[in-house]
Amino acid sequence: MTTVERPLTVIGTNPVRPDGVEKVIGSAIYGADVRLQDMLHGRVKRSPYGHAIIKRIDASKALALPGVSAVITFEDFPAPTDPVMQTIRGPMPALWDVERLMARRKVLFKGQPVAAVCATDPHLAEDALELIEVDYEVLPAVVSLDDALAPDAPILHDDGLDGLIDDLFQPIDGKPSNVARTIEMGFGDLEEGFTSSDIVIERVYETGMSHQGYIEPHNGTAVWNKDGKLTIWTSTQGAFGHRQNIARILDIPLGHVRVIPTEIGGGFGAKNVVYLEPLAALLAKKGGKPVQITMNRAEVLEATGPTSGARTFIKLGAKRDGTLVAADIRLEYMAGAYPGSPVAGGARCALGPYLVPHQRIIGLDVVLNRPKVAAYRAPGAPASAFAVEAVLDELAELLSIDPMELREKNAVVEGDPRSDGATHGSVGTREVIAATVAHPHYRSEISEPDVGRGVAMGFWQNGGGESSAYANVHADGTVTLVTGSVDIGGQRAALAMQFAETMGIPYENVNSLVGDTDTIGFTGNTGGSRTTFATGWAAYQAALDIRAQLEQRVASLWEVEPDQVNYDPTDASIHGPDDQLMSFVEAASRLPGSGGNIQGRANVVSTSVGKIGACFGAHIVDVHVDRDTGKVSILRYTALQDVGRAIHPAYVEGQIQGGAVQGIGMALNEDYIYNSDGSMANASFLDYRMPVTNDVPMIDTVLVEVPNPGHPYGVRGVGEVPIVPPLGAIANAIYDAVGVRITELPATPSLILDELETSSS
Amino acid sequence: MARFVLKTNINGEEREFLADERDSLLDALRERAGLMGAKEGCNNGNCGACAVVLDGRLVNSCCVMAAEVDNSEITTIEGLAEPDSLHPLQETFLENAALQCGICTPGFLMSAKALLDSNPNPTEHEIRWWLAGNLCRCTGYDKIIRAVQDAAERINS
Repeated sequence: MTTVERPLTVIGTNPVRPDGVEKVIGSAIYGADVRLQDMLHGRVKRSPYGHAIIKRIDASKALALPGVSAVITFEDFPAPTDPVMQTIRGPMPALWDVERLMARRKVLFKGQPVAAVCATDPHLAEDALELIEVDYEVLPAVVSLDDALAPDAPILHDDGLDGLIDDLFQPIDGKPSNVARTIEMGFGDLEEGFTSSDIVIERVYETGMSHQGYIEPHNGTAVWNKDGKLTIWTSTQGAFGHRQNIARILDIPLGHVRVIPTEIGGGFGAKNVVYLEPLAALLAKKGGKPVQITMNRAEVLEATGPTSGARTFIKLGAKRDGTLVAADIRLEYMAGAYPGSPVAGGARCALGPYLVPHQRIIGLDVVLNRPKVAAYRAPGAPASAFAVEAVLDELAELLSIDPMELREKNAVVEGDPRSDGATHGSVGTREVIAATVAHPHYRSEISEPDVGRGVAMGFWQNGGGESSAYANVHADGTVTLVTGSVDIGGQRAALAMQFAETMGIPYENVNSLVGDTDTIGFTGNTGGSRTTFATGWAAYQAALDIRAQLEQRVASLWEVEPDQVNYDPTDASIHGPDDQLMSFVEAASRLPGSGGNIQGRANVVSTSVGKIGACFGAHIVDVHVDRDTGKVSILRYTALQDVGRAIHPAYVEGQIQGGAVQGIGMALNEDYIYNSDGSMANASFLDYRMPVTNDVPMIDTVLVEVPNPGHPYGVRGVGEVPIVPPLGAIANAIYDAVGVRITELPATPSLILDELETSSS
Repeated sequence: MARFVLKTNINGEEREFLADERDSLLDALRERAGLMGAKEGCNNGNCGACAVVLDGRLVNSCCVMAAEVDNSEITTIEGLAEPDSLHPLQETFLENAALQCGICTPGFLMSAKALLDSNPNPTEHEIRWWLAGNLCRCTGYDKIIRAVQDAAERINS
């Protein structure tokens, strides 16, 4: 792969997105806006308990209510054909994934579905829920890591299905446990590392469970055609991933499911997961009409998404000059009710920006009576990186080294090993550090009392995988570009820009669309910071395909050999012998009648580690701590990041700003507060307090551009890194402001007051 | 399932339709009047995605019963633009990349319009306090605030 070097005219500009006007006038169709003739409204009956055995479900009264069409329970789901399913976090009994959607014999988290109903009106469906009777035998709930890891803890998964998979729920000291899996990574010799260290710091850190917090609740609309095929409209981060999961869960052929992705109101990882779609499909089958189900906010918080609450034990050894020598880290991550926490991501990213020659990272995936976690922006990384960044801050203070100088001293460079055994390709770590140190924010004086500054870094790597694109050339010189990537924040523009740049045509002449599972080839989900990278590559390849076809076509019009003809994107024209020239627009106009339409197509697979962009960021934050109330205010925030090359700089800034503010939420406010019975005490946006406009200042961004040599336009995935540094940066700033080391996040006012009191006594 | 006839003026148009006595204004707009621009994010007044202007006052439509709005005047996001041009806020939201997923955008636009109608020259502080009832999870708010500042400037120029 060579990076395109010619001067770029489209890339680096900030055009308005193709779907922009619809979104500001209210006409964009999101999942809950889909309306089908005769559509029924579904609702889900959910467990009020965190841990209980289902003794009886009786839906007869609900079914007797006029207007109610159907009720489904676990019994309506087919038995999985393959008892083991593969997930990105390892194999799992397939039945557990059905149970997650509809409880079988036990409920394992409050909000777990036990039945679903559909009726002619949403209010009727609500009424019907009340009429479904469920008897439970309540069991002790396991809501904290301590509960789950206690030697005599109630065991969540006692159905024996874990025996299908060798490494799942291995006994601990001969007893069943709630530890689904233990992973380990690292290299070097720990003993030697700590022996040769001058300083060793050992600490424990905790972070709360936090939710992705998209404003659009989950939804799903299903209709069965008379030929037995199923069509689903849904807000998903990946139509193809959803199709596969829906087909598996309903045990119908892949080709009988069409998933049409609607506009999506945020996801941050959690809309990679099916929750409602199979329920809507089964209700639609039983009820004989289309069914739409939407969640309310409490359902979203209690039964979808969050990321792991976590505990990190860290021991870090360094030389007196600040050189890191050894790190021993143990991560305990909450998986929720079923295995699958992002502990491997936490392990891979904990030391991500730094080279530590002797390191071991152990990660535990722990089940407990909370919702099964889902991916959330840089899954797993914020919690473990917080621990490392906080220890580095202590180390810098002990050694009287500038905190960024300490980081610079240990920063990874190309060729360094990563914790997971891979080797770093091109990285912009040092460029980001240099930009941080040179930034006026970093150099500005702080003179006010109780104001402090903190810095931290973060690492993530964008995903690769498969992406498809095709593009049709119209006779007027405009082009329709169709990709399989759901657009969650401007990707249609970023993809059209890469296409337009490759063709040398104006961005406005590209009509950029999102296909569905029947109209475009397989494309991986919009997640893992992969879309602008991998699908952008597909858009580039589709343009190259058009260029090659145009050369052939114009050669035949000119009656010359194709190799005498060349498409030049700098003037968007085809050049031939004897200075012959035909513009793209003219060539497009001559396609009808000279062989017909030209369609460019591309399917790219980008998986090898060296090609995929590693991405680093550094954040600087100034906070004020109110000693009377414990409130931490963010006064100034600067986020610097190696973005490879910014295709649409304003959207890149937006990713960084949004990620930073989600990280601020993790650091200061957001947590799942559980009652001992396994119910969530703060299942609303009032009590699950995400940052609002007056909680944050402007978020200044600095886009450091170290092009990724593994991409035609140098793209690195940018969406995930910015959520990693805020936790450490804010904790370090609090210390700088008032001299207390925060080891537990979120740093709520009550926690700050407790810490201030402890430190003064 | 008791239905009643709801008579309102929505976006300058007299409308008469059946609503359910349990409908919120948001339900009535979406399910009965076919106006899907107001979004449900929380259904309890915490997120602002369903904001509309009711008789000159900014409200979360999920927190108003449909039965309360008989003979009222309602402006929704669908009524913000002029027939041939966008409202300056709509333009500046697009130009400033002030939306990512866009689900909160109708609510932000209605809230920001209500702000600029009552305070044409708001400071950043005033904008941040006025919009604190609208949640956005994508943008970190930076570009939204700038879009409102730009719109104020454009309207006043």
